[in-house]
Amino acid sequence: MGYSWNWDVLLQPSATGDGTYLGWMFYGFKMTIGLSLSAWLMALILGALVGVLRTVPNKALSGLAAAYVELFRNIPLLVQLFIWYFVLPELAPAALGDAFKQSNPIVQQFVSALLCLGFFTSARVAEQVRSGINSLPRGQKNAALAIGFTLAQAYRYVMLPMAFRLVVPPLTSEFLNIFKNSAVCSTIGLLELAAEGRQLVDYTAQPYESFIAVTLAYVLINVVVMFAMRRVEAQVRVPGYMGGH
Amino acid sequence: MHSIKTTIAAVLAATFATTLVSLPAFAQDAGTLKKVKETGVITLGHRESSIPFSFYDDKQQVIGYSQEFMLKAVDAIKADQKLAKLDVKLMPVTSANRITLIQNGTIDIECGSTTNNSERQKQVGFSNTIFVIGTKLMAKKDSGIKDFADLAGKNVVTTAGTTSERLLRKMNEDKKMGMNVISAKDHGESFLTLETGRAVAFMMDDALLYGEMAKAKRASDWVVVGTAQSKEAYGCMLRKDDASFKKVVDGAIAQVMASGEAVKIYNKWFMNPIPPKGLNLDMPLSDEMKALYKAPNDKAFE
Repeated sequence: MGYSWNWDVLLQPSATGDGTYLGWMFYGFKMTIGLSLSAWLMALILGALVGVLRTVPNKALSGLAAAYVELFRNIPLLVQLFIWYFVLPELAPAALGDAFKQSNPIVQQFVSALLCLGFFTSARVAEQVRSGINSLPRGQKNAALAIGFTLAQAYRYVMLPMAFRLVVPPLTSEFLNIFKNSAVCSTIGLLELAAEGRQLVDYTAQPYESFIAVTLAYVLINVVVMFAMRRVEAQVRVPGYMGGH
Repeated sequence: MHSIKTTIAAVLAATFATTLVSLPAFAQDAGTLKKVKETGVITLGHRESSIPFSFYDDKQQVIGYSQEFMLKAVDAIKADQKLAKLDVKLMPVTSANRITLIQNGTIDIECGSTTNNSERQKQVGFSNTIFVIGTKLMAKKDSGIKDFADLAGKNVVTTAGTTSERLLRKMNEDKKMGMNVISAKDHGESFLTLETGRAVAFMMDDALLYGEMAKAKRASDWVVVGTAQSKEAYGCMLRKDDASFKKVVDGAIAQVMASGEAVKIYNKWFMNPIPPKGLNLDMPLSDEMKALYKAPNDKAFE
């Protein structure tokens, strides 16, 4: 099919005169990592909170938490992103919406992407945390309450220290997902890794080199995350629980 | 939105499939005519929202100026190969995936709003030029934006993967204008960015700007301004080094221009009400276009 390979293109100065094409890719790489890590932090905090709330006896609180999870888990990621980026600024009070829309576009795109990924992933983290708590033998909670702990103390000192350690392995896959999901944010113009890959195709007309380079970068990120999480998993494993090997 | 994901998936899958499977087959000639004759099928690449060149009408039919030229070329191919029946398949493409889809054989020809330039000629072939445009700005009538110099320090939108994006980013870098350049996914999204006040101006090919205006809530709010930053030749994209196929397509385009039919097609799309809103682009035939119709050629401007 007459494709002329040219890997050197990555080292060539870019058409717009701001460094090399490899430099563009590195910018996207940093953006993907920065966005994913901040969204992950947000998802962990919110997800832990909502996950705990889903298991409390108070019907109103657990119902509210369930609604939160269903809302963010059942709307496609791309639709959520467009709602954050395109729709909400129009619904906000005119002064606030305009201020947001006239700010630096990179800030707008990053904030929208962060909220979108953070809330979406937090719903998934919440489900993992909930199932972690529910997997604990009922006796643990009852014993804690029986020796005079309040419900909050039972969560704080007995159930959560166990539950959080149990959910680390399933959270690894959510952590990997957030990096891959961040590629969706290229649709609002955020120049992350996938977007830079597309830019490279447009500017150099060398799609294969560009997409292969981007793919390798994603693989690199995920391999590092996987190794790091294996270490964490080994550290927090509960000895003698769930047949730890 | 579904289609974005599937298109990306298709491109990636195709990228890998072709990389892994067909490496040894690189030396073969493209031979599109032969393939069309043997399979009885031709796949046309079209755009979804490049008004008035190639876009969907309200019945999801592909229409437009470039689409008419592409169908003329298909007729010529059918006649040239003496095919009783030719199965025509349509495939929507984006500016980001069109080159790959031509190269890996997913589509055989793409007539939309694709600029013929020297960089792309390294990867694909181009037919005779079908349209000549200039890259300009669209802004709100009362915004005070008259030319590119007025954009310093402002948010400006353009569509990702276009020549305008390249020119705008380069201008920003060379003249240190401090613009914030937003690269939207397609022309529709670029215009949405302009319309919602995220950007003060939208840089794009003038004909496409008029096309976006036709879709606006209030077309009279908008105006196309500025000195053209570049002239560009739109051509139909073909596979590289496929002389026999190019000859038939070029012949069809030259024939349409020589017979005076091209002017009729032009008037239909640029001087008369067009879907989806029945707006008239009212963009008179430029001198460059008149020259092109008189002497069809496949020259790129850059």
